[in-house]
Parts: sequence; structure tokens; C-alpha cells
Amino acid sequence: MPTNQRHLVVLGAGTAGTMVVNKLRKKLKKDDWKITIVDSSTTHHYQPGFLFLPFGTYTTDEIVKPKRKFIPDGVDFMVAEIEKVLPEDNQVLLANGQTLSYDQLVIATGTTPRPDQTEGMMGPQFHDTVHEFYSLDGSKALAEKLKDWPGGKLVVHITEMPIKCPVAPLEFTFLADDFFKQKGMRDKVEITYVTPLDGAFTKPVASAALGTMLSDRHVAVEPDFIIERVDEGKIVSYDEREIPFDLLVTVPLNMGADFIAASGLGDELNYVPVNKQNFLSDKYDNIFAIGDASNIPASKAGSVAHFAVDLFAENFISHVAGEKMVHFFDGHANCFIESGDGKGMLIDFNYDTQPLPGKYPLPGVGPFSLLEESRVNHQGKMFFKWMYWNLLLKGRPLPVPALMSMVGKEEPKELETTEV
Amino acid sequence: MTTATIAGADVQIDDEGFLIDPTEWTEDIARQLATNIGIELTDRHWDMIRFIRADYAANGVTPGTRRVQAAGGFATKEQFELFPKKPQKKSAYIAGVPKPAGCV
Repeated sequence: MPTNQRHLVVLGAGTAGTMVVNKLRKKLKKDDWKITIVDSSTTHHYQPGFLFLPFGTYTTDEIVKPKRKFIPDGVDFMVAEIEKVLPEDNQVLLANGQTLSYDQLVIATGTTPRPDQTEGMMGPQFHDTVHEFYSLDGSKALAEKLKDWPGGKLVVHITEMPIKCPVAPLEFTFLADDFFKQKGMRDKVEITYVTPLDGAFTKPVASAALGTMLSDRHVAVEPDFIIERVDEGKIVSYDEREIPFDLLVTVPLNMGADFIAASGLGDELNYVPVNKQNFLSDKYDNIFAIGDASNIPASKAGSVAHFAVDLFAENFISHVAGEKMVHFFDGHANCFIESGDGKGMLIDFNYDTQPLPGKYPLPGVGPFSLLEESRVNHQGKMFFKWMYWNLLLKGRPLPVPALMSMVGKEEPKELETTEV
Repeated sequence: MTTATIAGADVQIDDEGFLIDPTEWTEDIARQLATNIGIELTDRHWDMIRFIRADYAANGVTPGTRRVQAAGGFATKEQFELFPKKPQKKSAYIAGVPKPAGCV
């Protein structure tokens, strides 16, 4: 290897990490930079597809592909468990005994559902009456369960924020309502939406709109519910409320990877504290965390990772040249929300601006409607799977800008650009 | 946003009564806010309020239930005993820091 060659190590070959190596391999000369990406798994999951598996909309082979396919030439792909980062020594220890030395490190190991963190969640009821749809196995098990479930009390539950794709439990609820209607058994199912938040969503205008959509579908909402434990056939909160279920579909506590804690790089949920505008670690100027692995106050979602990586790639070139990073991330997120019956919504927001109604991306024209149900929005969500596999992961440009724009959005009556 | 007089001080509050500016907070204001929601402050309440204020000052974010447990040493169960039903919201209200966003 050339003597002046430096080494970029990317931990995690999910959505964010894969995009990072695709973008940076194009920008960094091979003589100047060796790039290694490490992941414990060889398969890439299209995670938005986990929402649809339980209802039989997708099959497994549509949403699982080999990671190798999306790693560009000139990037070393190592399949290994990460044991620990030694930030003072610029080294990564792998579980197989190997050590990687780096000049720059990007942590992109995401966030993972951890049902083991709530008492009783992983007991004998798990995958029987207690389910989740944030993993391939979990979604498949739930699909099996729903096939011949006779009805009863369905409880859709969020353990604690933040969670990956914060709109997904709402989407699951809307799709479940539609699923049971199609099967002609909606009257046999009582749906309750249980959330630690004080309403349907985190941001006021969207929360009101989504709350109305739940009540229109005869879904009861139980807010401010902080779960203490799962008992047989019921969930119990710290303030001793009990909600009985025949089928619990929970979103378990989400946490960053355990090696982040072992490396002293994480907060209490193993997220890496970083500058929210450029993703540089608060402690080390050669460590970045990007995507769900960081603690930035944005949605943990692929769209956020995508917009973030666009800016990060530009900044990284400046940073390693010893220059200032001049691109500032605004927390932009853009999420389709499936609402059932072949329709969907779209929300577009950032750190400072909550989701507002309007048209996207072209004012008055769309074709997408913001915070309003339409068939075009649903088609957008379905088409996105193709974009994900064919454009997004490979770092090819998508026809949407990285920073949020107010064009096409309707300001709420009281000008309210931040939430309390 | 409106101005209110709390414990003799003029402060900015939002429509839920949360202080807009954490630096306007005083212990007298905390006592009045606690009375407003029917809480009598014990030493343990003050410990938790001081932790929340210090953590907010250090990180710019109101700590959530889990952080108050992990970094502050107040078990979730105890948080519920001190501030019944809605510990995050009530403790933030009394501590004069923004309502926890529950993230996004």
C-alpha cells in the first residue's frame, strides 16, 4: 500500500454506511484513501418493507438482498462482529481477534429493537401473543399470526422514544384497520394505540391530523403510557394502568449497538453524541456518527440518513483536508405514511419546522400532498422500494434536495416553527 | 407566548404554562409552579429538579425518563412517585426547562 495512504473505516453496512462508502469512494482517490466497511451480517434488509410483510403485501425476497451487491469496487467489506473502538489509539477491535487501525472512523451501526430491555416482553408469549415488526423474523412471525387470528383486543404499543421510523406504528395501525376490514372482520377487532407521547405523534400539527385519522378508524388512544412490564395478556405502566390484549404488537425499546457503550462513546441509549449539523463526535475529531447511530434530534429514518450523507460526503473532503466543514444539516426528514385502502400521506420536516400541509415537491402541483391522504402518495411509497435498491444505496442522485424547503408548505395560523 | 407574574417575578410562559427562558427560573418560582399542580416539594424533588436543570444546562436538551434514571440516579418508579402520572412533563414544568419533546 502507498506510504501516504490513509484509512477510512466505516462501521455498519446498513442504509447510512452503504451510502457513505458509495459517495466517498467516488470522491477519494484510491492512492490516498483505503476504505473498509465492517458489518456482522451479509444481508441487507429493506426495512420499510417490514411494515408490509405482516399483511402479505411483500415477500421476503423483495426486501432481502446481499450487502455485497451494494458495496462498490475499491471498498473492503469485512464480515465481523465489532467488539470495541479504542478511540485514543485509533483502533477497532473485532470479535474475531483482528484489529483495524483507522485515520477516520464513521459509526453507522444504527439502532436495534431490544425486547429484552422490558420486563416480561421476551417471555413465553413472545412471537405467540406478543409480536413486533421491526425485524425480518418478527415481521414474518406476525404475518403467520395474522393469517388466522380470530380477532379480539389488538394493542399497538410504543415502548419509549426515540424509535426508528416514528410513523411506522401509526402506519401499522392504519394498515391493520384496513386488513381486518378487507377480511370482513373489523367488528371483531378492538384496536388500542398505546404511546408514551401525549398524542399520536411528536409534532403538534401532524399529531392533530393523525389523531383524527385514528379516531375516524375507531382506534382508541392511550397516551402518556410508560410501560413497566408485560404481564400475561396485559401491559402495565409505571402509574399502574393496565391494558389487556389478545394480540400485542409492540415497538420495543430501541438502542444503539452495545460496542458503543463498551467503547465509552455513547449516551444512555448507546447513541453517539455528535454535532447535529455535521455529525462530528463531541469528543474526537476523527470520529463521525451518521444515520440512526447518532444522537441528533431528528427522526431515526432512512430519509434523514440519506439527506445527512449527501452533506456529510462534501464535508468529509474538507475535514480531511484540514479545512472547515461548510455544509450544515437541518434535520430534514421526508416520510411517506401508509394510511390503508391504497392511500398514503407524506410529511416533510426538519429540526425547526414541523410537518405542515401543502404540496411536494412543487407548490400547488405536487404530485404529492403533504399531511393529506392520496393514492399518489401511496404509489410514491411503493415506488420508493425501487429507488432504494437502485439509486439510494448506490449513492446515485435522487430528485429531492438535501435541505428542507418551505416552498409549497402552508404555514399554520399561529406561526409556530418549533415545538415545545 | 404570554407574560405572567409568578412568585412576584414577571416571566415569559407558553400556552401550557412552561417557562420559555430557563434562566428566568428561581426556587420561589419552582415552589409556586409545584403548588399549581398540587405537588409539595421534598428534598428528593429538589434533587431531581436540580439534576434536570444541570443536565439541561450541559446538553441543551431536557433529559428523558431513562436519562434521569441512568445519569441522575432516580429510578423510573421513584420519578412516578415524586411526580405522579406524568413525571417528565411535571418535573420539566417545575424545573423551568422545555417540555421534553419525546424526540421525533
